[in-house]
Amino acid sequence: MILSVQGLKFRYPSRPVFENIDFSVMKGDCLAVLGTNGAGKSTLLKCLNRILQPQSGVVCILEEEVFKLKLTELAQRVGYVAQKHESPRNTVFDAVLLGRKPYIKWDVTDRDLEVTNQVLKLLELEEYSLRYLDELSGGELQKVVIARALAQEPDLLLFDEPTSNLDLKNQLEVINLIKKVVKRQGIAAIVTMHDLNLALRFADKFLLLKNGTVFAAGGIEVITPENIERVYSLPVTIEKYRDIPVVIPL
Amino acid sequence: MKHKLSIITGKPGRADVYQQYTGRKKVILLLLSLLTFVLAVFAVNAGAIDFNPYQVLMTILGQGSSVSHVVIWNIRLPRVLAGIIAGAGLSVAGCVMQNNLRNPLASPSTLGIANAAAFGANMAIIVFEAGSIQSTSADAVVINNPYMVAASAFIWSMAATLAILMLAKLKGFSPEAMVLAGVAIGSLFSAGTIIVQYFAQDVKVAAVVFWTFGDLGRASWKEVIIMAGLIGLALGYFMVRRWDYNALDSGEETAKGLGVNVERVRLGGMFVSSLITAVAVSFLGIIGFIGLVGPQIMRRIIGGDHRFLIPASALMGALLLLVSDTMARTIITPVVLPVGAITSFLGAPLFLYLLARGQQKR
Repeated sequence: MILSVQGLKFRYPSRPVFENIDFSVMKGDCLAVLGTNGAGKSTLLKCLNRILQPQSGVVCILEEEVFKLKLTELAQRVGYVAQKHESPRNTVFDAVLLGRKPYIKWDVTDRDLEVTNQVLKLLELEEYSLRYLDELSGGELQKVVIARALAQEPDLLLFDEPTSNLDLKNQLEVINLIKKVVKRQGIAAIVTMHDLNLALRFADKFLLLKNGTVFAAGGIEVITPENIERVYSLPVTIEKYRDIPVVIPL
Repeated sequence: MKHKLSIITGKPGRADVYQQYTGRKKVILLLLSLLTFVLAVFAVNAGAIDFNPYQVLMTILGQGSSVSHVVIWNIRLPRVLAGIIAGAGLSVAGCVMQNNLRNPLASPSTLGIANAAAFGANMAIIVFEAGSIQSTSADAVVINNPYMVAASAFIWSMAATLAILMLAKLKGFSPEAMVLAGVAIGSLFSAGTIIVQYFAQDVKVAAVVFWTFGDLGRASWKEVIIMAGLIGLALGYFMVRRWDYNALDSGEETAKGLGVNVERVRLGGMFVSSLITAVAVSFLGIIGFIGLVGPQIMRRIIGGDHRFLIPASALMGALLLLVSDTMARTIITPVVLPVGAITSFLGAPLFLYLLARGQQKR
């Protein structure tokens, strides 16, 4: 088991977000976190790697409690790709090399450079390595931040809406890339998503949030028209097109 | 150590190209250091009494005449070194503040330090009688007790800094809130200064205005050594933190995801950069603009990677202040113009040029 979450509870001073969140993630899992705007999907991700401090609950990564790890130790295990990025005047190589931050003591080692290289190659970003970040397209930039998270050599990757600003082609490219990396490296990924159909193509596990707690969790069997209707308050039907389930609002 | 990615094998790729790219940045650093050194020698030469570089060298090695010994060891060398050290300190403080506060307009004066230091000097000179006026051909105004003025400026500027940092820590201020708090504190101290000056005799106001001009000539060896020690330590601290600053540049959440304790890094960076600013301002008076423009110039030339940006900003600051002071001393000798004004005269056009060039490239 890569991640286990028990009894997680978080509230902002002015409002509760969620409580009693339990789930786990195994090696090779791609978990999609689904729910309406404000359901607490992004907040949940941030509680998993201590960007936010939950009020109670236990989060274990590879059987170790997250809140007992040093921040750098945690960053060696969990990579996080935020929803918003800033692009300082740095090259792609610089940005990916920054993913080695949790390992760097004083200066970069040969291994840091080697890992950066391999990640660039894996994501087919080699040609871009000396391009400046502020000269990249949205899709290219998204790949770069994924590359940075991979350079952390994590066991678990967290993605907050990785496809929200991308065109259709780039959306598919990015989710297929995440899936490929997860399966190939034997790690796991948790992704928050709004697009149900993209989630159905990508994920093998689903976590549905509603009213501040887990409404349903499990494999493809939890994606039923009834569940979707109750989570999103919208009647839907689910059809299959070439074996891929497609959610259609009614 | 995990080696998960090593299953992907292949021939060596882009790291060598990248190392060429960082190599170029190292060359820039080297050139800047050389330029600073050459200008420092020139600056020691320049002045009312002309020496040649050979005489300067011999005097520094203890072989010069008694006149050159006095002029170079007691007057010019401390002044030139003060310029290099304070310029480096102010510029590197600006570099770290711009990063920590996520604000390209941040500078050593952002947290109201300059205003607080000026208030401290006003208090010392006007209320505690540390200054008086004396007419000589060279300087119209002399401050009787410079140590009291420096101490008062330092205490007030650190009080202003600590007030903001405490608020930030206790109330969880965002960088924007810290900048706004700095503006508020700054205007509070300006108001205090106006009130103090309003009730003061005009000779004392003249003395305090003279103080605020900023003058490298105030530094003796003692000040130079104190500044060198503190600014040297601060540079070391900033270099230890350079990867944290790089991570912060990619956004706060990304930095946290990379294992950076953002709050601690920010409070530490702000404290240390405020400290060195307060020391420089207290000893030398207010020298504006270098802290804003030094790091911005280098960001455009060497990029945003703090491994190179921190030393480059320090060197650019040293260079700017050194050139400004040398010009201030030599344009209309023996009159020494206020160096703070010259820094802006030199720095602003250079900065505007770089801004315009940067826009064109896009």
